[in-house]
Amino acid sequence: MSEKKLATLVIAEHDNKSVSVDTLRTINAATTIMSENKQVDVTVLVIGFNCESVVESIRHISAVSNVLVVNSDVYQHLLAENVSALIVHVCKEHIGNDYSHILAPATTFGKNITPRVAALLDVGQLSDVIAIESPDVVVRPIYAGNALARVKSNDEIKVMTIRSTAFDAITTSDSVAPPQAFCIEMKRLDNYIPAESSEFVSQQKVVSARPELPVASVVISGGRGLGSKESFALVEQLADKLGGAIGASRAAVDAGFVSNDLQVGQTGKIVAPDLYIAVGISGAIQHLAGMKDSKVIVAINSDPEAPIFQIADYGLVGDLFEIMPELIRSV
Amino acid sequence: MKVLVAIKRVIDPYVKVRVKSDGSGVETNNVKMTMNPFCEIAVEEAVRLKEAGHAEEIIVVSVGDISCQEQLRTALALGADRAIHIDMPSSPEPLVVAKLLRAVMAIEDPGIVLLGKQSIDTDNNQVAQMLAAITQRPQGTFASEVTVVSEEFPVSEEPIVSESNGQSNAVLVTREIDGGLETVKLNLPAIISTDLRLNEPRYASLPNIMKAKRKPLDVITPDELGVAVTQHQEILDVMSPPERAAGVMVNSVSDLIEKLKNEAKVIGAI
Repeated sequence: MSEKKLATLVIAEHDNKSVSVDTLRTINAATTIMSENKQVDVTVLVIGFNCESVVESIRHISAVSNVLVVNSDVYQHLLAENVSALIVHVCKEHIGNDYSHILAPATTFGKNITPRVAALLDVGQLSDVIAIESPDVVVRPIYAGNALARVKSNDEIKVMTIRSTAFDAITTSDSVAPPQAFCIEMKRLDNYIPAESSEFVSQQKVVSARPELPVASVVISGGRGLGSKESFALVEQLADKLGGAIGASRAAVDAGFVSNDLQVGQTGKIVAPDLYIAVGISGAIQHLAGMKDSKVIVAINSDPEAPIFQIADYGLVGDLFEIMPELIRSV
Repeated sequence: MKVLVAIKRVIDPYVKVRVKSDGSGVETNNVKMTMNPFCEIAVEEAVRLKEAGHAEEIIVVSVGDISCQEQLRTALALGADRAIHIDMPSSPEPLVVAKLLRAVMAIEDPGIVLLGKQSIDTDNNQVAQMLAAITQRPQGTFASEVTVVSEEFPVSEEPIVSESNGQSNAVLVTREIDGGLETVKLNLPAIISTDLRLNEPRYASLPNIMKAKRKPLDVITPDELGVAVTQHQEILDVMSPPERAAGVMVNSVSDLIEKLKNEAKVIGAI
């Protein structure tokens, strides 16, 4: 296309205290947008309220050339309505750069905001990108991951969300190389756009001492086969023994065994840990979509015909109420 | 108020799709088609809003070829009052769907627009957000609870005067977010996208299916709506994902642990 310099704007996801690992993976994805002899200029936009610690950690990422900061109480809860308007303002005014790409993690935060940004810019969006082949060609899964589409964007600005399991996190450590190689420019913006038609009311976050699903190297998931909320403790005990996170199938969530933010699948979380242990999960297409890129998959199920065994590296057929206690004792 | 519901015809979620050998797409001939599951949840929520007295009329709309009228009839059998079929050879990109829906909104003036959070074929998760953007309306995405409220909206300096007998001018939407739930309050008209937990869709009864055949179904083209069908993206090819190597069955817990430690090396030796 044009001779335009490639410049990427990454929308940072954070909780006003720390930057999310999905953002660090998105920044890594941003660095892969390269054509011959062209470096990519990566700018990170931090929108929030009292989020200095977030900015501080992003400043220490050597791949980041600019950090834009917008700090206001109107952005405390990152409502889609005013956050997307602000991002569009940053792009249209070319603040910091003339952006060719806008990237955000494909989390509920990114999925909520990014399509709104794309539509305001009158461009399409590439969702859940798993590979960037060239500045305008990406690969993304369709049909619950049962097919991969290579998609070319003809838009002037490419707006995309990044599936974080497909990219490693960029390092935040500043001890590897002294930061003098890069002079990070930090710019504070003061465009405070109130949300006129929406208002934050409340939030109920599930607090857990276990690692979060996207960062866990081990995930133990339970399904309908556990039979009850009480039995789900078996999954939790094994997770604690292995230092893993817990996940669940839709059936387990619908039955009330665990909260819905732990659902793994096409419409829940996508995970790709080193070890995924599926306990009492049959392996419906929608569940497999969320975990089939795990390095090693173990299936424990009483039904030898369960589809989960077709993708498991190690399968064990039997009564999970006999297997699980023994497994918890033995690991 | 009126409630507008957008629905999509997709391959049945329980069908294992096959990628065509020429890489042009997935096989859709002789494959069972159905209403997208998230759209069913949106229809159900609209019917419940009507049953609760918040909605007077439910209009369902679908974009695609004539076959999507089948799904519109299903929605009518579930309780929608009338249907609009936007006739096109195929389902366009999300931004175009959003522009078509904006044109329908301009005609119908709904208080709430309900959509599924994503269609299970393209997995985009975009249309609701795009529609909210281009109509400059608030969005409640990934909703697991929707409550219509009548109180005045506090942040607005000039409270919006409701045209519908001074009632229901805002909606509380509980959203499923990473790590838990979030509740937002939105001025009407608002765009809401449904998550799986919002409700349990009902089945259509045979008498209702018969009645649905007589409910109005209008056919309109993008031209008539004044919407240009643009193409922002092209699919270069569609591939099958990499196959996993065949696994092994183990006979005992000790066997499993031995393999995880020494063969896969995913858990440390103790």
